[in-house]
Amino acid sequence: MPAHETFYEVMRRHGVTRRSFLKFCSLTAAGLGLGPEFAGKIAHALETKPRTPVVWLHGLECTCCTESFIRSGNPLAGDVILSMISLDYDDTIMAAAGHQAEEILEQTIEKYDGQFILACEGNPPLNEDGMYCIQAGRPYVEKLRHMADHCKAIIAWGSCASWGCVQAARPNPTQAVPIHKVILDKPIVKVPGCPPIAEVMTGVITYMLAFDRLPPLDRQGRPAMFYGQRLHDKCYRRPHFDAGQFVEKFDDEGARKGYCLYKVGCKGPTTYNACSTVEWNGGLSWPVKSGHGCLGCAEDNFWDKGSFYSPVTNLGVTGNVESTANTIGGAIAGAAAIGVAAHAVASGIAKASGKKSKPTEEVSNG
Amino acid sequence: MATSRVATGNDGYTGNVYVFEVPVRVWHWIHALAITALAITGYLIANPLTSVSGEASDSFLMGNIRLIHFSAAMVFAVGLFVRFYWAIVGNRYAKGLLIVPVWRGQYWSRLWHEVLMYSFLTRKVAKYRGHNPLAQLAMWLFNVVLALFMVCTGFALYSQGTGAGSWADRWFGWVFVIEPSSQAVRMWHLLGMWLMVFFIIIHIYMVIRAEFMSRQNGTSVMIDGIRRFKDDGPRDPQ
Repeated sequence: MPAHETFYEVMRRHGVTRRSFLKFCSLTAAGLGLGPEFAGKIAHALETKPRTPVVWLHGLECTCCTESFIRSGNPLAGDVILSMISLDYDDTIMAAAGHQAEEILEQTIEKYDGQFILACEGNPPLNEDGMYCIQAGRPYVEKLRHMADHCKAIIAWGSCASWGCVQAARPNPTQAVPIHKVILDKPIVKVPGCPPIAEVMTGVITYMLAFDRLPPLDRQGRPAMFYGQRLHDKCYRRPHFDAGQFVEKFDDEGARKGYCLYKVGCKGPTTYNACSTVEWNGGLSWPVKSGHGCLGCAEDNFWDKGSFYSPVTNLGVTGNVESTANTIGGAIAGAAAIGVAAHAVASGIAKASGKKSKPTEEVSNG
Repeated sequence: MATSRVATGNDGYTGNVYVFEVPVRVWHWIHALAITALAITGYLIANPLTSVSGEASDSFLMGNIRLIHFSAAMVFAVGLFVRFYWAIVGNRYAKGLLIVPVWRGQYWSRLWHEVLMYSFLTRKVAKYRGHNPLAQLAMWLFNVVLALFMVCTGFALYSQGTGAGSWADRWFGWVFVIEPSSQAVRMWHLLGMWLMVFFIIIHIYMVIRAEFMSRQNGTSVMIDGIRRFKDDGPRDPQ
């Protein structure tokens, strides 16, 4: 393909009409929380800018990010985005295979050195020199480092690439680590979630391609427009939380009435994601809407933080013992109470015996 | 300083001595009330009460519990910093909260004596105008270190509600750089509450015990600020 080809030309070549293209630009601008004037800016950028290639690597993962991505709620957005990125490299959805596929990587580096975006799904295991994830005869971590050396920026798709996720859960035998522990010299956008929401993924990638820069990130490196608030902040069951109306058990009256799921372990109050606003599967539903608490899948270490069904969870300080702040704290306070009572009794005895023996002691001390 | 006087002397360790100034005493009771409110509401935030029935719009129970928690937290934090200010400008008993004289050998020998005394390994009791060295260390650990930990984690959690860019986020958002999991920060904050309860149980016991077992008064010193010595003997253990 000629190097000067624009996004718009690629889309048209893939049968996307101009009407669909403009609709997509408006939808994306709205999805990113940008003003109406940005629809035109996105359209202009995509019409005039040369296409930025995206290489999509897979490490240790379950492919749920890709599955989510290709099910982008708005089929229009999905088609457009797919035509933007599928042309280069993505193990799951590209036509090429074997040596042919691996050649694409080298070609991309040759043509677009320092220009392309590296989207990473899954993470590299480091134990045994990375032998737990082999691709094309090489450890994945080598492939990742090689591609990262030549890319412009990295998108860390999902909780695996962002935080480590299930394969990095204790005791982490393969020593799987998130991307930012391996690649230190490139900008990384974390898009956590297991998987991330499709619209969030397409929104992030469009922003980066259209504006040629990283979206505004929060302190932890997540796009602020999608991870700026907790599920709890925009949850439609929030009024029940404030009122003190909770589901106590999954089959009780409160569950039928749609009360707040906090007491049965909903992690909405500690989870940053867009589920409560964007929802899933094209706005069909999301965990809380279907009556189950949030697991907190977009949060660091969620897999090692104890029960999904209790608001008070494991502290993760005592190895494999499931101990929560309340059990440890209660034991500390209880020990203090028992200790104090015992000390009081001992003090009383000491004082009583001290009175009797005091004269002799004074003598002995001269 | 009086502590550098002849060790066997009893200068300043007889009769009544004014030790705790008004700001220290006022802070103590505000601090105590704030902690009580914070611990109760904090426990109820982690372990909510049984559900309220009726329409959600008719009730604001959890909202009010959180409102009390946040209000008490403001009082706790502001009080703490006013108290720190008073540790700078106040008398030397006020300074003791912030500055534990760990560089002085005498501090450690007196601390060791307190440990022995509370372990019933010696019957000798020393006199103190302010805190004894062990009490002073506990004050520093729980009302400076732990209190600041609770302020930082607490306002960091508060910033999740006030949102990115808010003052709480700008001042305390760094907590989530150290511990990215906000669920973990919540649990550490909750454990901190239990440590405070641990301190309070021992603190109250020690004060009441001092009333009977020590050579000076225990409870009333935090009411009128006056240390009353029970005997005219030397300050050193006997």
